[in-house]
Amino acid sequence: MTLSEEVAEESAGDDAGRPPPPSRARAVTGRFLSSRQGRAGALVLTLVFLFAFAGPLVSPWSHTDKDFAAFLAPPSAAHWFGTLQTGADVFAVTLRGLQRSLVVGLLAAVVCTALAALAGAFAGYFLGWTDRVITWVTDLLLVLPAFLILAVMSPLFGAGQWPLFVLMLALFLWMVTAKMARGMTISLREREFVRAARYLGVPPVRIVLSHVLPNLSSLLIVDATLNVSAAILTETSLSYFGFGIQPPDVSLGTLIADGSRTAVYAPWTFWFAAGLLVVTVLAVNLIGDALRDAFDPTAREPR
Amino acid sequence: MTPALEVTDLRVTLGGAPVVRGLGYAVRKGEVLGLVGESGCGKSVSAAAVMGLLPPGARVTGSIRLGGRELVGLRERELAAVRGSAVSMVFQDPLSALTPVYRVGDQIAEAVRTHQKVTKEQAAVRAVDLLDLVGIPDPARRALAFPHEFSGGMRQRALIAMAMANDPDVIICDEPTTALDVTVQAQVLEVLKTAQRQTGAAIVMITHDLGVVAGFADRVLVMYAGRPVESGDVDDVFYHARMPYTAGLLGAVPRIDAAGRAAPAPIDGAPPAPGDLPPGCPFAPRCPLRVEACDEREPPLFEVGPGHRAACIRWDEVSPPLPAPPGRTGPGVRGPRTVLAVDGLVRHYPLVKGAVFRRRVGTVHAVAGISFDIREGETLGLVGESGSGKTTALTEILELTRPQQGRVVVLGRDTAALTAAQRMEIRRDVQVVFQDPLASLDPRMTVHDILAEPLRTHRHGDPRRRVGELLALVGLDPAHAARYPKDFSGGQRQRIAIARALALQPRLLVLDEPVSALDVSVQAGVLGLLGALKTELGLSYLLVAHDLAVVRHIADRVAVMYLGRIAEIGRADAVYTAPAHPYTQALLSAIPLPDPARERARERILLTGERPDPASPPSGCRFRTRCPTFRSVLTETERGLCADTEPEMRPLGEDQSAACHYAERLAVV
Repeated sequence: MTLSEEVAEESAGDDAGRPPPPSRARAVTGRFLSSRQGRAGALVLTLVFLFAFAGPLVSPWSHTDKDFAAFLAPPSAAHWFGTLQTGADVFAVTLRGLQRSLVVGLLAAVVCTALAALAGAFAGYFLGWTDRVITWVTDLLLVLPAFLILAVMSPLFGAGQWPLFVLMLALFLWMVTAKMARGMTISLREREFVRAARYLGVPPVRIVLSHVLPNLSSLLIVDATLNVSAAILTETSLSYFGFGIQPPDVSLGTLIADGSRTAVYAPWTFWFAAGLLVVTVLAVNLIGDALRDAFDPTAREPR
Repeated sequence: MTPALEVTDLRVTLGGAPVVRGLGYAVRKGEVLGLVGESGCGKSVSAAAVMGLLPPGARVTGSIRLGGRELVGLRERELAAVRGSAVSMVFQDPLSALTPVYRVGDQIAEAVRTHQKVTKEQAAVRAVDLLDLVGIPDPARRALAFPHEFSGGMRQRALIAMAMANDPDVIICDEPTTALDVTVQAQVLEVLKTAQRQTGAAIVMITHDLGVVAGFADRVLVMYAGRPVESGDVDDVFYHARMPYTAGLLGAVPRIDAAGRAAPAPIDGAPPAPGDLPPGCPFAPRCPLRVEACDEREPPLFEVGPGHRAACIRWDEVSPPLPAPPGRTGPGVRGPRTVLAVDGLVRHYPLVKGAVFRRRVGTVHAVAGISFDIREGETLGLVGESGSGKTTALTEILELTRPQQGRVVVLGRDTAALTAAQRMEIRRDVQVVFQDPLASLDPRMTVHDILAEPLRTHRHGDPRRRVGELLALVGLDPAHAARYPKDFSGGQRQRIAIARALALQPRLLVLDEPVSALDVSVQAGVLGLLGALKTELGLSYLLVAHDLAVVRHIADRVAVMYLGRIAEIGRADAVYTAPAHPYTQALLSAIPLPDPARERARERILLTGERPDPASPPSGCRFRTRCPTFRSVLTETERGLCADTEPEMRPLGEDQSAACHYAERLAVV
């Protein structure tokens, strides 16, 4: 069961109950929306998404277009964010880069959290050899220099290969969460509802999927949010060094890398991409913080 | 003479909900007031209000006068000077009330030094004196111990010592014995009596256990929905209850004496939530005597006798709970078919030390060879105090795997020889109900999913109809299947857990403390349901419990466990009326009866000392270190047998046997 399914299941459960039970999901949503940073984060992230995906519709240029009449031109009515040295429209490429970064970030976070949840829950529930093997793998991945390996593998991430990149990114982000999930599962497996299911004869894998994972979901949802910004930042820094998204595709990282060379005398080539990155990561972090508080009822009780 | 503590018209509002609504009482020095009520009735909050320990955001009005001095409205500094010196408190959970990182003696000395100008040395000496007073052996050495080195009973004694440290005028005890075993409870209650004699303090005893109140309190105040509903002398309230709620509570308590065979009667419904009170009398929706006038307004406290007041407009029609007719006497002959047979079951755990080089330093014998069997349609109660190994035994049986030693035979099949498919098949016939329904029901699942899970697992087709049937079977509304467990009350949740266990039509139901997490008024309902289901569906029960009164009500046979072995086993009637093993006798005599006159007249067999470490049980008879017979009755030569030879089960009478060399049947209740 993936994270999104869990969320879907929770909200589906909400609709089915009539009158709607004051479910956990409802309470969490209420608390989340009542926090100012949560509302602000959600609003900003929505705007960023709208901007990234609706922006190209109103722009006269696409990210591959080159305006040979304007190299490194400052923002104007024709080029809202100015142009690059190649004549590419900064508005169009920035939005393209933003799209790529958002998709990579979100996908990597979801894949990574799902991986962590499964590995942690199985290790913690079965213990014994399963646990030993999974723990070895986690520990091994923890000590491997992720950045170096991604750099070495970068030739593989050629044009159109960004899904592979997402997978590799996720592969190096899941370990710490998996360890947390394992610890929580070990305490969950001794809980009576899990024992009850065991004595009912429910197969172990089903117990993990239907009892353990849903009860880890508060940790996992928060973790997924925090991983979004981690993934975006890792992708950006990798792309900055030229190891991530490969041209002709662009991401915020490659834009910032290119723009940094001309930033001093043509600031528009750098600041829009960098600014959007900061805003996105900030918004995701605000959401993550607010979610964590919303899931933990003891965190911010009215005093 | 001014009362030591006088509370008048106390009202506490927590988060907008009125939790205490007009509580009033007075206690004189040397007097014990029992404050009784179910969970959520506001009794603990009212104690916290007296101590000034309410959470921020609570609003208190009314008056709390301590020796004539008004406490409501005092500033924190002034309250702190009163707390611990003039009024002190004993909490329910002694483990969380002591700081784990300081020595027990230092913590008591700290309590002394906070309110008295004495030197460190004087305080330490006083701490040792206090520990001696509460009956801790070798107090000078034990004062240097840390809280985790104390057993639960010793910790509670240390807390009582701390509460006595400054000769308070009032000691408030908030469920002081609820977390303890019955034999330890009896010891701690003795200590509290000593503490009261020494300090002459007034004691406010908050508890839900009517038996404790009957033996310990002079006066009783019954609370319901934040209000006192009846107050008076213990005898008046217990024998001439004038409020239907009190009468109902008394009728709902399972008892170990002869009346215990009569079914305790539940009170219907659940207490109202604070802030959501019905109009009129808050008890009216659950009251058997309800008339229309009850819903008009809340009844005041009527004077129904000298010093006896009750809040019921029909108080003169309330009759005390009738001593119900002696109920069924269990079938004298046991059924022919054996459902579960356990023979010489052993479970031990290695005791390991060290993190890197783990080495075995000993063995804990949690279950050291127990044998019993359950026939079809029979209920066996497995009782014992915490650490006796009863839960381990239950887990071993439920795992359906080969035990470390001995044999478990379920429905004629030896668990050691089962294949995975056969084990799965037997799982249908053996189901379990756990203690705390909130923990045993997955909070993320709806009731429908919870009940459908076993049906789906064992492929019973479309579960929808069966779920409805199951809910109806346990007395719940099938329309509530879409709700989550937390939308139900405790008793209803336990019914859901029972319904889940029944989903596959099992033949043996293992009940692990099925009612100990529930309020008395609800307990009786669940017990009644279990009894009815047994006859209706032809079930057999293995009931694991620490509460002998509950077992008495529902079990046909009982097995008493001590330190991993069965001390006594036999027909429930025989064991309860004439227990033969000294441990059973002590256990039964420690249980308080909700009957003040008999409680005062009873001779208690008090166990001394602490339960031995199960890693190194005493040689010979495991019970001899605490055995009253061994200590005071036997001669030196007779004792030799106890120290050398572990006693075997010896039959005494028709269906009763005890593992004691000198077993003698004796009535103790």
